[in-house]
Amino acid sequence: MILKDIESLKEDYPNIVETHSPKNKVFKNSFRAFWVGGLICAIGQFLNNVFIYHGLNQKEATSATTIVLIMASSILTGLNIFDKIGKYAGAGSSVPITGFANSMVSAAMEYKKEGFIYGMGAKQFTIAGPVIVFGTISSIVIGIIYYLL
Amino acid sequence: MEYIKAFIVGGGICVIGQILLDRTKLTSGRIMVIFSVTGAFLTALGVYQPVVEFAGAGATVPILGFGYSLANGVIAEVKSEGLFGIMTGGLKATAGGISAAIAFGYLAALFSNPKSKG
Repeated sequence: MILKDIESLKEDYPNIVETHSPKNKVFKNSFRAFWVGGLICAIGQFLNNVFIYHGLNQKEATSATTIVLIMASSILTGLNIFDKIGKYAGAGSSVPITGFANSMVSAAMEYKKEGFIYGMGAKQFTIAGPVIVFGTISSIVIGIIYYLL
Repeated sequence: MEYIKAFIVGGGICVIGQILLDRTKLTSGRIMVIFSVTGAFLTALGVYQPVVEFAGAGATVPILGFGYSLANGVIAEVKSEGLFGIMTGGLKATAGGISAAIAFGYLAALFSNPKSKG
């Protein structure tokens, strides 16, 4: 009788897990990512407008905005504040350029004990490195195609 | 109005990232790579420029914008420098962001410690 129960329990297990796991997780996470990510972009737009107002052209303003956002997120990561934002917002803070800077700082912080050169200097690129590698290769491929066309 | 456009488009791009994060086994590092490469090729195909014109920072602040700068940079450089531009255009256009991330990232890490260990 008990054995039979266990067998039926085994069969039911996936259903039990299904009923008890939160169903709106994707929706909730997406909502959080949406408003935090949107807010970061709106702040970016504000910075962009400030730089344009001070006489930079659009290209320079975009670059300057990126630099300021990277600086801000580096400092916030160093102060252990970005961590909390990241836990709440998920992709909302990691998809904007702030996530790129955050990945560098947090990796460098983590490996500080292994030294300033091979610890921080090397590990800083654990996540950011692949982005630069594949980004650069893509740009070269695009350049070649564009040159040939 | 441009703030609302930036908010909605930027937020929407982050939602795509979040759904990939929740529904697939992709880690955020891989999503960053996929997004920057996607941004570069969408720009090369001329698809991303209208998005940037519509949403401003909503399209350039997400990591897709990194790819956008790479592709735009290399195309402009090939136009003005020819063959040599293939190797210089992409990184030249993104040098500001990369330098900032390397320098500020290193400095910020130098002056702080992870909370759990401190």
